[in-house]
Amino acid sequence: MAGSTPASRSAEMPAAVIAERALVRHPPASPLGEAWRRFRKHRLAVVSLMILLAMVLVIAVGPFVWRVPIDEIDFSAQLSPPSFTHPFGTDDLGQDLLARMIYGGRISLAVGIAAMMVAVIMGILVGAVSGIAGRRLDAGLMWMTDMFLSLPQLPLLLLVLYLFRNALAKALGLEAGLFVLIVLIIGGLRWMPVARLVRAQFLSLREKEFVEAARALGASRIRLVVRHILPNAMGPVIVAGTVEVATAIIAESTLSFLGLGFPPDIPTWGRILFSAKDQLDSAPHWALFPGAAIFLTVLSINFIGDGLRDALDARRVG
Amino acid sequence: MLDPVPPLLSVRGLKKHYAIRGGILSRVVDKVHAVDGVSFDIAPGETLGLVGESGCGKSTTGRAIMRLIEPTEGTIQFEGRDVTRLQGEELRALRRRMQIIFQDPFASLNPRHSVRGIIGEALVIHGLAKNRRDLTEQVVRLLELVGLRPDHMTRFAHEFSGGQRQRIGIARALAVQPRLIVCDEPVSALDVSIQAQVINLLEDLQEQFGLAYLFIAHDLSVVEHISNRVGVMYLGRVVEIATARDLYANPLHPYTEALLSAVPIPDPTAKRSRVALKGDVPNPINPPSGCHFHTRCPIAVARCAIEVPALITGANSHAVACHLRHETI
Repeated sequence: MAGSTPASRSAEMPAAVIAERALVRHPPASPLGEAWRRFRKHRLAVVSLMILLAMVLVIAVGPFVWRVPIDEIDFSAQLSPPSFTHPFGTDDLGQDLLARMIYGGRISLAVGIAAMMVAVIMGILVGAVSGIAGRRLDAGLMWMTDMFLSLPQLPLLLLVLYLFRNALAKALGLEAGLFVLIVLIIGGLRWMPVARLVRAQFLSLREKEFVEAARALGASRIRLVVRHILPNAMGPVIVAGTVEVATAIIAESTLSFLGLGFPPDIPTWGRILFSAKDQLDSAPHWALFPGAAIFLTVLSINFIGDGLRDALDARRVG
Repeated sequence: MLDPVPPLLSVRGLKKHYAIRGGILSRVVDKVHAVDGVSFDIAPGETLGLVGESGCGKSTTGRAIMRLIEPTEGTIQFEGRDVTRLQGEELRALRRRMQIIFQDPFASLNPRHSVRGIIGEALVIHGLAKNRRDLTEQVVRLLELVGLRPDHMTRFAHEFSGGQRQRIGIARALAVQPRLIVCDEPVSALDVSIQAQVINLLEDLQEQFGLAYLFIAHDLSVVEHISNRVGVMYLGRVVEIATARDLYANPLHPYTEALLSAVPIPDPTAKRSRVALKGDVPNPINPPSGCHFHTRCPIAVARCAIEVPALITGANSHAVACHLRHETI
């Protein structure tokens, strides 16, 4: 009668204890908690998240630990390979690369995140209006989206930078002006996929019965969008947003590499790579470290995006 | 059989046509006749069952009454006011008098809201709760009303079974204290044993609050059980309406006969005459002329293809729309 032992034990337990245990065993699982549980199952994503957090930590506190200035020129240490005094080596002016990388990481990541925000916010606005509005406005907005998608991006980027670079630099200061300009163009040319995604989500979600139920309860259109449709549409948007950060970091590197991003005295990862390109033979470390940093960051972000896709699977909605 | 009480809901000539657009100018090239002239009344506290095959316009009718979709034509009088004309604040006020319960208990609850949020939303929208505590108390009361526990309040929809979710949907509909609830196939997605529980709950609530139901379903035995009167729909039209007992004992329309003969009888020795219909339901884009049913009707005559039969009410307020059966009522 071994099988009956647990049953008889639970039968002797007072009802209150059983109820209490049931509650402990079953804490309310919010959608967010569920998502985190699924995210943790994605091992690569978890590792990537740790790498990215470590990089952010280094970039954030690095300058307080590694107190070498980024612009200290030392001609006695030109193009020196990694050593104890310069762990990442130096560039052609003998400037410490580790310090410059830490500084550049701030700008690169900040550009990535800010450009992603611009793209996602614009995309959500256009997509939401398009998805909830009538046929006319929807057609017009999607026409505009298609038009933006068909623009040749790099030439346009170069043209806009060439036209507005000096004006903005004068108005906001060189660094801030360039930052705003670069973020706005990268974000402004990357909102279209998000807009299409949001529109598609809205079109399918607005027919869902829980949205209809809210309408039947007398919810206003704004309430429908803010409380019911948008929160359920955010999963794919968050995934797209992470990938957008990676794309923006690469876009900024490209611009800097073409010499159209930040000037040489503001070292972003792409800019360091650009300066290093002429000395690839004599000083490979100069290009290696910023290249690896971009590679690692973008790869981590993409894996995190993958994990989020699994965690926030749209199939669970509805 | 005088009916001294004015009807709570009175639908007359309700039509819903969906335009099909085509061509580069997206002109209207065709129309789907989803609901094609439906009329019926519901008295206060009464249950009207509405049955028919899928695609016959039952759900569209229910949603048009709720103004979830805009009817193309016809009038819907609810408590003496024409629902089809209401706008803005008046329409919101209507939402307090009329509610709907949906078929799919999985799709009808927002997966991101707790049960408290789902049920409490109606109270928030209509300002029916004085403060947070009052809101919680009302939600607890509603949960208990539908047979759920107060501690279910903090949970999310995915933690419940189908039957429990449907109870949450019922609690949400009850929150505004409506007089009419449109039940759009509320039990067809549930297991049979759970169906009985939910139906009993609906009946209890009807008794307690004097609710009227428009009960849409395709399960004839469920409808027979819960309904006072039953309407049978075919391709967007009501072909027969009678009291449940009368309709099931004495069906007049050949379509109703065929439907009822398809209901399984849990007795293998029972002899029965089966009326099997030929073919499929015709396309509602191009419904047949005259009586929509004449293409499949076992007793159709030439007149049926030309003239639309009117829904004529006979003895026992048994109404039927069939040229050949009009004299028998």
